[in-house]
Amino acid sequence: MCHQTAALVQGALESAGMVTVSITMLREITEKVTVPRALEVPFDLGYPLGAPNRPDLQRAVLCQALELTTVREPLPVMRVFKETSS
Amino acid sequence: MARIDDLPLATRVFLKGYPFRTSQWRPGASLAAPLKDCRLGLVTTAAFTLPDQPVFDESKRGGDVSFRLLPTTSEPQAYTMSHRSKSFDHEGVEKDSELAFPLSRMMEFVSEGVVGGLVDQHVSLNGSITAPGRLVRETIPRLVGHFRQQRADVVLLVPV
Repeated sequence: MCHQTAALVQGALESAGMVTVSITMLREITEKVTVPRALEVPFDLGYPLGAPNRPDLQRAVLCQALELTTVREPLPVMRVFKETSS
Repeated sequence: MARIDDLPLATRVFLKGYPFRTSQWRPGASLAAPLKDCRLGLVTTAAFTLPDQPVFDESKRGGDVSFRLLPTTSEPQAYTMSHRSKSFDHEGVEKDSELAFPLSRMMEFVSEGVVGGLVDQHVSLNGSITAPGRLVRETIPRLVGHFRQQRADVVLLVPV
């Protein structure tokens, strides 16, 4: 239920004028609840930023999530995380 | 990526029949300044608490809709995860809180000039809320007020 909880909070913050973006591991639920911006990640539940003690991977996820705050296209926007070798 | 069909049977059955709410946010907001000049806040649903805060109450019917504030100055090793959901593996977050509450990563982005700054107090929720009526009526307005008071421009939300 974490995805619904986060999405409901996200929607209210966005309506209040803040630019919001969330991570999603369950696209099916995020699409049902709907959010303005989300980054879909290919990780299991419990691992939204990829893996513990992997700052490189965590930073990559966060960078791609933050990029969504500046997109100039109609909302909602949901992108799929692309892992790049470093 | 997780799929509902891959989750444990009890969770799968529950989610398949669950009447999900729809988030109301249209038309959406836009940044008034470049990200490098914006203040960012974090929301985690990992039910983190600090030692001087009460843990979330998993016995509450429909879910515990309270929230805790986690200061930017708090130490990750001080967090306790009181989320008890069996729908996800807790091991990763217990090893590294950054997985669900990336405060150190965001502080790196601030020092590198990617993000302008962080709010002073971030938000921790227990995401296991099956009856979100009180969340919507009581908690969320307080969270909106909190982030307004904190002058947040951008909020990143991390469900677990």
